[in-house]
Amino acid sequence: MTSDITRASAAVLADRLSRKEISAVEATQAHLDRIEAVDGSVKAFLHVDAEGALATAREVDKRRIAGEDLHILAGVPIAVKDIATTMGMPTTAGSKILAGWIPPYDATIVTRLKAAGMPILGKTNMDEFAMGSSTEHSAYGPSHNPWDLERIPGGSGGGSSAAVASYMAPLAIGTDTGGSIRQPAAVTGTVGCKPTYGGVSRYGLIALASSLDQAGPVSRTVLDAALLHSVIGGYDPMDSTSIDAPVPPVLEAARRADVKGLRIGVVKELGGEGYQPGVRARFEESVQLLVDAGAEVVEVSCPSFDYALAAYYLILPSEASSNLAKFDAMRYGLRVLPEGVKDPSAEQVMAASRDAGFGDEVKRRIILGTYALSSGYYDAYYGSAQKVRTLIQRDFAAAFEKADVLVSPTTPTTAFKIGEKINDPLAMYLNDIATIPANLSGIPGISLPSGLADEDGLPTGIQILAPATRDERLYGVGAALEAALVQRWGGPLLARAPELPTGANGAPTTANGREVRA
Amino acid sequence: MSAISRDDVAHLAMLARIDLSDAELDKMSGELAIILESVARVSEVATDDVPPTSHPLPMTNVNRPDVVRPSLTAEAVLAAAPASEQQRFSVPRILDGD
Repeated sequence: MTSDITRASAAVLADRLSRKEISAVEATQAHLDRIEAVDGSVKAFLHVDAEGALATAREVDKRRIAGEDLHILAGVPIAVKDIATTMGMPTTAGSKILAGWIPPYDATIVTRLKAAGMPILGKTNMDEFAMGSSTEHSAYGPSHNPWDLERIPGGSGGGSSAAVASYMAPLAIGTDTGGSIRQPAAVTGTVGCKPTYGGVSRYGLIALASSLDQAGPVSRTVLDAALLHSVIGGYDPMDSTSIDAPVPPVLEAARRADVKGLRIGVVKELGGEGYQPGVRARFEESVQLLVDAGAEVVEVSCPSFDYALAAYYLILPSEASSNLAKFDAMRYGLRVLPEGVKDPSAEQVMAASRDAGFGDEVKRRIILGTYALSSGYYDAYYGSAQKVRTLIQRDFAAAFEKADVLVSPTTPTTAFKIGEKINDPLAMYLNDIATIPANLSGIPGISLPSGLADEDGLPTGIQILAPATRDERLYGVGAALEAALVQRWGGPLLARAPELPTGANGAPTTANGREVRA
Repeated sequence: MSAISRDDVAHLAMLARIDLSDAELDKMSGELAIILESVARVSEVATDDVPPTSHPLPMTNVNRPDVVRPSLTAEAVLAAAPASEQQRFSVPRILDGD
């Protein structure tokens, strides 16, 4: 019964809840039990809020019994990436500088989850300030891939992908600045969508690169992602970059799952050299399945994509160096006094606190951004990167003249081993080579499982991209492909993941839930 | 474009208010030189005729209505402060000398 609950999709859970076959408390407790059993080895959560989640669930059950009209996802539990502010729950963004910080306000997306009556199970691990592709840059230690605990679950949202892949939550929130929703989805056999920039409010999300950041759904099915997208999407006056238009009809598209007559563009520059054979093989099969389902395939070329990674690693550090200036040890967060300095100045305290509170990758990117923005270098670095951004947008515009959606492998490789790339920043950056162009252009993208690579038996992902504000196309194509793949596999891909050890190395639990691992 | 030296990194760290140790400076100047060499290729295609893009979707002058709305209490704002007194943030000295 309990495992039925945790293995059910959010859509199935919602249906069973609405029929009163199960209660929200039962649904929530089943997931808390699963967390208790397997998170000791997966380490997806930085904080578990059992009491808060159960309180929400009890409230939903009460309202349902009273015959109130509830949101479709009321009582369906969710995990939230630790980058979204949550009142009464610690929010650290995976950084020591924010250890134990309890924000005084909720992010808009959290407000919307609460309004829908979704119990929040806890906060998920991430690379510090979302800088990374593996969660190895989390100050609280890495999360582990449920397919192979020695491997990374992707990043920065590896806690969210690992939680969903290991049935600790049916849904999770992610954020995607260069691939942090899509890449973790690809390497864990789950689904993740980065909506159009401005489609989901950024209010209350700790900013990494403000012109690239976008929050989105993490799930096990395309329909579930669409359900969550509908909850969190839409205009928010608290975010000046929010799109003032209705949420695209993502749910209808996911239910219709139709690709007949649709033109699918295969991006020539994404998928050749440097991509693992198994990743390419599963991608080509998926494209063929779309053709079998009635789509037409065209090849498109986006020559400027070759410069996307370089532009990204100038724009992101530049914006991050500015955004992270607010962690100054004065109003909140860690304050450290410099050693051996009598009566230190505010600036000395600031510098000592930032050295103690930030990890290596964060320091690297702040210094890089400070350099790219400094006088004398600005035009050559940041200015040039912004021009590349224009070229990439032009490439997309031309490609979308020929195709309704574009497709590529989500990542060049399957999940690598923890520790394998940690000392080689450039190798780590290459993980996002296929996902970054969408962020630079603001267009939406989704990743869904395409199978297992023959050479290592690990999940591979396919990425679908659509023009800005046409997010529904991702869901229509994604759901059609998912249906064809699940039929071919004889069940969901995640059913093939190994059973996880239970109860091992469980972190200590308190009355208020699991504390942040230090 | 030029290579980045250890002194450059020390200067940038000062600008960014990060008190890097000698070991961190040694390690980071090597890493940054490699990263910079790699990202510098943006200038190959960034010709004069290409306009820059700062934002994915063009938007201008987004204003909210000028109306009073509830704000956080001083207690809520100060709750996470490293130090506070008299409903204010308490900070180390901000001026040099005496």
